[in-house]
Amino acid sequence: MSEQENKKDPEKEAKKIKTVKQMKEIMTEYYMTAKNASLNNKKVAWITSGGPVEPLIAMDVVPVYPENHGAMIGASKMGVDLCNKAEDMGFSRDLCSYARSDIGAAVTNGGPIGGLPEPDFLVCCNNICGTVMKWYEVQARYYNVPLFILDTPFIHREMSEEAKRYVIGQMEDYISFLEKVCEKSMDEERMNEVAQRSLEAQKLWQKVLDTTMNKPAPITAFDAFFHLALIVTLRGTQQAVDYYQNLLDEMNERVNNGISMVPNEQYRLLWDNLPVWYRTKWFSDKFASHGASLVADTYTAAWSGVFHLIDENNFLESAALAYSSVYLNVSIDKMVENFRHLARKYDVDGIVMHSNRSCKPYSLGQYDLSRIITSELNLPVLIFEADMVDERNFSEGQVENRIDAFMEILKERAT
Amino acid sequence: MRKDNPFKEHLDTSVEQISEWKKQNQSYVLGYLCSYVPEEIIHAAGVLPYRIFGDSSCATRADQHLQAYSCSLVKNSLGAALEGKLDFLDGAVFPHTCDTIQRLSDIWRLNAGMNFHFDVVHPVKLTTEGSRTYMQGVLERFRAELGSAVGKEITDAMLSESIKHYNKLRGMLFELYQIRRDNPHLLSSEDIYYALRAAVTMDRTHFVQLLEKFNAELQREASACSSSSNESTEVIITGGICDHPNLYEIIETQGAHVVWDDLCAGYRFFTGRLDENLPPMEAITNRYFERMECPAKHRGTESRFNNLKDLVDKHHASGVIILQLKFCDPHSFDYPYLKEYLDNENIPSILLELEDADQNLGPVRTRLETFIEMINGY
Repeated sequence: MSEQENKKDPEKEAKKIKTVKQMKEIMTEYYMTAKNASLNNKKVAWITSGGPVEPLIAMDVVPVYPENHGAMIGASKMGVDLCNKAEDMGFSRDLCSYARSDIGAAVTNGGPIGGLPEPDFLVCCNNICGTVMKWYEVQARYYNVPLFILDTPFIHREMSEEAKRYVIGQMEDYISFLEKVCEKSMDEERMNEVAQRSLEAQKLWQKVLDTTMNKPAPITAFDAFFHLALIVTLRGTQQAVDYYQNLLDEMNERVNNGISMVPNEQYRLLWDNLPVWYRTKWFSDKFASHGASLVADTYTAAWSGVFHLIDENNFLESAALAYSSVYLNVSIDKMVENFRHLARKYDVDGIVMHSNRSCKPYSLGQYDLSRIITSELNLPVLIFEADMVDERNFSEGQVENRIDAFMEILKERAT
Repeated sequence: MRKDNPFKEHLDTSVEQISEWKKQNQSYVLGYLCSYVPEEIIHAAGVLPYRIFGDSSCATRADQHLQAYSCSLVKNSLGAALEGKLDFLDGAVFPHTCDTIQRLSDIWRLNAGMNFHFDVVHPVKLTTEGSRTYMQGVLERFRAELGSAVGKEITDAMLSESIKHYNKLRGMLFELYQIRRDNPHLLSSEDIYYALRAAVTMDRTHFVQLLEKFNAELQREASACSSSSNESTEVIITGGICDHPNLYEIIETQGAHVVWDDLCAGYRFFTGRLDENLPPMEAITNRYFERMECPAKHRGTESRFNNLKDLVDKHHASGVIILQLKFCDPHSFDYPYLKEYLDNENIPSILLELEDADQNLGPVRTRLETFIEMINGY
């Protein structure tokens, strides 16, 4: 190796988040544990990202998240091959690319980790979309395992009394289902501990996200997309609590030392929708080249957006209501409220919306949202078309032009 | 199609007729897109339920609100509303269906400028008593909201009357399907298409009168030529809606006919009898809870496929035509297994992905020709 290549840029080194290394270790260990679960007499459950994972942790079940798997497939640019496999099986190319790539990985043991460990049962909460229910039906048939569905009625205006009773009743059904498939009863004390740790992790995660209220911001949404993995995958464990405490400490240190992620942060932007997993670095660099920092997003905040509804002393009941109230399970009007809140809190200059072909509940309505935000919040909005995993739906030239034009508008407004 | 089909003219003149109906009845009209809308409750309130099929000539009007990856049903419907083609509607009712219609409800409420807007957030899971109780709660809420919107209490007595009416209407549609099944030479599927469209758009009392007469005439003709030697190949159509009357013509010129269907705007819309001995809201709940489901609902992982197989067996169909609307997620997710299931049962099937009513059906014609020849070679 030449001296030139070996020399590290001190400025770049200072920007690197040290906790990243720890995250990679934890995730590797986590997937190893999951893959070896049956050797250790542990059950594996597949669960949707918005589903209540806490009872699984309390029952000593290893939770596995196909959506996290989808994100990894996207980030390692293996999405197109796996999607193609699902399309060969007859799944339409217009379907969600998380679902397609997961289905493709299941039948080929393909993808970055050679497929997910086989599930003993499936837990699907439809608070994020109707797609997960169809996707989990496919996998329930493929693996021939039980499927539990937590049906969380969509909130167009307010959550109705009958909807509250319905989801609370289902939380009880969920516990009975777990007791049956695990052949043991729920240890309530254990459940309370897990609930408490889950809440603690969510609060810490929110604090990490809140460090970007500082100007300049110590991290961007592109970093948050990465550090999100544990709050999705391991919330309820001590490991997640410790990890986010470390990350928060590191962020606070960065703030104290005035380290910003984007050099010369001049514009602060808010991201909407899932990441474009195979291009996060490209987007990050592109915006940074304009002095723009994505200081917040609607996506990563979804895992801490409802913790104020959770009562530690009455976890199952309050969690049922909280899980029903997540960001994607509410109307456009309520989404506007969230934008208003985030825009003020993080003091943003504009909004970037990823119109994601794979996610209809997230994307349909963005055109109306954009008009309301422009007129009510007086913020410019960029909407670009892409897909979270399927690179065939991404046109670099087009997106680049749109970003450049949008940044021109921001620059003009600033002068 | 029969010359005496009394329903086609109602499709062509429905806007004027509905305006006239409103004037005469001093009442309201509510639009909807999905067969989980409880028509019984709307009818009981003296309000006219009107199923929206959209208008493809208006689709571009929806472009400012809906991305290109929304299905044509949704685009054409919102487009028609924004273009003013649905101005006779006083409001719309959105039952919880798929992700697209869920968002359409918000977009509609914010942009269509109608006086009334109702969300009927049905359960998605139809497997537990808790879901049934919840569904009844949802329907009770709709009853109360609708009543207060139109300024009248919807009483049990009104609901019981409506239940009787719908049992009659649906029973007669069932009879019409049976007549087609047993006497395909007497009426075409296009006749049925117009009857079904009228069944969900025109004044329901008038509709029942027309259908009663039409069925009676068909029955008379059927008994006059008792020996109907039927050589035609019998197929079943499954999917959401079929807004392509020409498709039936294509099937029939190939020497086949539709013997039954599993469509949202077809058999699924009128199947399921309401129990007249139960309290009315319980009877209505039970019908929607137990009726043959659509793929956006969950009743286990095999139910829909078994239901279709039962229809194939019961009506002795020799093949299945699977209609898929582009960008319809729930149906698209079911397709690979549906194909595998039918293959395992030795039931030939063909997938047709369709978009607009205006779509050029040339390539479809060729594929159907081959498919029907293939069935006949079985």
